[in-house]
Amino acid sequence: METKIAFGGPKSLSGKEFTYCPGCHHGIVHRLIAEIIDELGIQGKTIMVAPVGCSVFAYEFFDVDGTVAPHGRALAVATGMKRALPDRVVFTYQGDGDLAAIGTAETVHAANRGEKLTTIFINNAVYGMTGGQMAPTTLLGQKTTTTPYGRRAKNDGYPVHISEMLSTMVGVAYLERVTVSTPQDIRNAKKAIRKAFLAQIKNIGFGLVEVLSTCPTNWGMSPVEAQRWLLENMTKEFPLKVFVDKVGD
Amino acid sequence: MKTEKLMMKGNEAIAEAAIRAGCRLYFGYPITPQSEIAEYMSRRLPEVDGTFLQTESEVATVNMVYGAASTGKRVMTSTSSPGFSLMQEGVSYIAGAELPCVFVNVVRGGPGLGDIQPAQSDYFQATKGGGHGDYKLLVLAPSTIQEAVELTQLAFDLADKYRNPALILADGMIGQMMEPVELPPMRDLSTLPDHSDWALTGANEREPHKVTSFNIDPYGLEEMNKRYQEKYTRAVREEQRWEEYKTDNAEYLLVGYGTVGRILKSVVDKLAEEGIATGVFRPISLWPFPYTRLRELAEAVKFVFTVEMSSGQMVEDVRLGVEGRVPVHFYGRMGGVVPTPDEICSAFKKLL
Amino acid sequence: MSYHGIVIAGFGGQGVMLMGQIIAAAAVIDGKNSTWLPSYGPEMRGGTANCTVVVDEKPVASPVIDTPTEVVAMNYPSMVKFGKKLKSGGFLFVNASVVDQKMDRGDVKIIEIPVNDIADKIGSGKVANMVMLGAFVELTKVASFEAVEEALRYKLSGSKSALLPLNLEAIKKGAEYARGR
Repeated sequence: METKIAFGGPKSLSGKEFTYCPGCHHGIVHRLIAEIIDELGIQGKTIMVAPVGCSVFAYEFFDVDGTVAPHGRALAVATGMKRALPDRVVFTYQGDGDLAAIGTAETVHAANRGEKLTTIFINNAVYGMTGGQMAPTTLLGQKTTTTPYGRRAKNDGYPVHISEMLSTMVGVAYLERVTVSTPQDIRNAKKAIRKAFLAQIKNIGFGLVEVLSTCPTNWGMSPVEAQRWLLENMTKEFPLKVFVDKVGD
Repeated sequence: MKTEKLMMKGNEAIAEAAIRAGCRLYFGYPITPQSEIAEYMSRRLPEVDGTFLQTESEVATVNMVYGAASTGKRVMTSTSSPGFSLMQEGVSYIAGAELPCVFVNVVRGGPGLGDIQPAQSDYFQATKGGGHGDYKLLVLAPSTIQEAVELTQLAFDLADKYRNPALILADGMIGQMMEPVELPPMRDLSTLPDHSDWALTGANEREPHKVTSFNIDPYGLEEMNKRYQEKYTRAVREEQRWEEYKTDNAEYLLVGYGTVGRILKSVVDKLAEEGIATGVFRPISLWPFPYTRLRELAEAVKFVFTVEMSSGQMVEDVRLGVEGRVPVHFYGRMGGVVPTPDEICSAFKKLL
Repeated sequence: MSYHGIVIAGFGGQGVMLMGQIIAAAAVIDGKNSTWLPSYGPEMRGGTANCTVVVDEKPVASPVIDTPTEVVAMNYPSMVKFGKKLKSGGFLFVNASVVDQKMDRGDVKIIEIPVNDIADKIGSGKVANMVMLGAFVELTKVASFEAVEEALRYKLSGSKSALLPLNLEAIKKGAEYARGR
């Protein structure tokens, strides 16, 4: 009897088992990226730069050439690659601590130069790998292991709005904040990621998608509670929005 | 054919030598006394279809070098002391990921902001591992502009041979001085070593390549470290380089590298006029340090006299090399002061 | 004399660096070896500038010197600072247009050249350094005038080539003045 594969994973995922916690959004976002790489037919010319953080193993999960950058420096590493090989597709995958704290300068300057790069920015308002410390995007009042009384503006400042900051930069070609909490959100996120890759492939400029994501483990919630908390709290502080679209349809 | 000698500033000669070695990618951040390298590259690289990028910081620079080197292409950066300190994290990653590339540190007086005058106070950082982890850089120290050209080319070749970062350790004097140089011909890019077995170029019709310094399993990481150490052992065996000047009948051995190494030749000549037979041992590879030859030479002299533009850093390697066979004395100037032949002569004669 | 250890000093903008570069390059054209070592850094912005040129038959060992065989002082502070280091029997070239005091040293040859005045006379005070260069080469024989011209031609190639005749004229006038002393 002939067997047909009715449903399978994207080719651009390596098939290695993910190391992420139940309810974490990394897995969904990985899959969306891999689907886009498949659909755009760019697997053979894509290079990924993984960050330091929970997704440090991401370079193993994608079936493309890859490396791990020093913490925060993914966009500098990617810049070096892209300048060496301008016809390849280079993307970074970074968390909020990586991209918006230690790597803020590299992020801002790569965007400002309009590097033909794509960045997937996972904003889950907490440091995951190191055990739930405050992130630059932690909400006011949010408890973390280094804000045991809740984040206080007087001591810790305010949540950093990376997409709003980058939206003023001429070099940015695509910039959107999305989430993957509902099926509809996932469909929107995939469209955004596709455009962020097209911004690079069409040589228009820098593309970034900020994905509001859950971290049930460090938030101390069940996966379902975490989805709800994200939709009720994070989207208020970080509104879902297309900030820049020079890619078109 | 008459070879053309050009008067070139050290910084510019290093830049041109790199281009002629096949380097088409330069990332850098301005810092005195080496900014002429970046300026030269910004003018010259576009002429040879290369890429020059002025970065936002040395931290970004070193990571761009990491990215470019991971594609298997020849890439370099240059900086001066405080800038190289900023790069150390990335240098460690590059050594761990076994990526060939070339760094130039035109050393200035430190610590801290220090000054911008020539110094040799970054020797420990260069040779003992400036960043974290068990790694080594291949470190070459030129004493003339001609040698700076030759060592820059060698640095690229050694970096490829060992898949390891190489460092030109110069000082403000080598960077700023002009001297006649003969430049080597332009290297045909198609003759550069093939890195297609590991480079990140897109996994087209092959298994994906992964380039990292990362291994979460301690036993796995230990195996990676063993591989690094095997390379370093081989480099120690094959890459010790030095120059000797009038060491044949020397009763005393003067040791210095880079700028000081050439000043010591004048010292030897002055002392010879007074009937004192001395010779110079000038390490060219600071890592691997030429212990073997130094040990042989030390057997035949009354004492060894090391001179540095630091509080005494290389002298520790000299002592390791001499192994207590004869006394090792030291004279140093700090803060960017270059010792003159006369003052070195006086310091030496006090030891007699 | 085959060895020259030369210090050229003056205010920033007096062209002392260029003078040194031309001497170093001309020596190489003549088949000798040379080094040119500048003072560098913020002190040069509006302050004093100097460079050390070593010319030798054999490869130059130390580019740093204790006792220059020749000093060119384009201003008074330079004369005071470097004149006292000059080797006994050496040459001290002084820009007599701006220095009106004498160095108290009987053991050196003091050559006073009113280089700014001579340069003004041929049309531009800017080439005072070239007047000094002409005098210097004439008396020290550090390099041939053919080599000096070739070095200058190389330095003033491209958009600056129009300046060549004036510079060569200045060198000639400096040499003539030195000969006629």
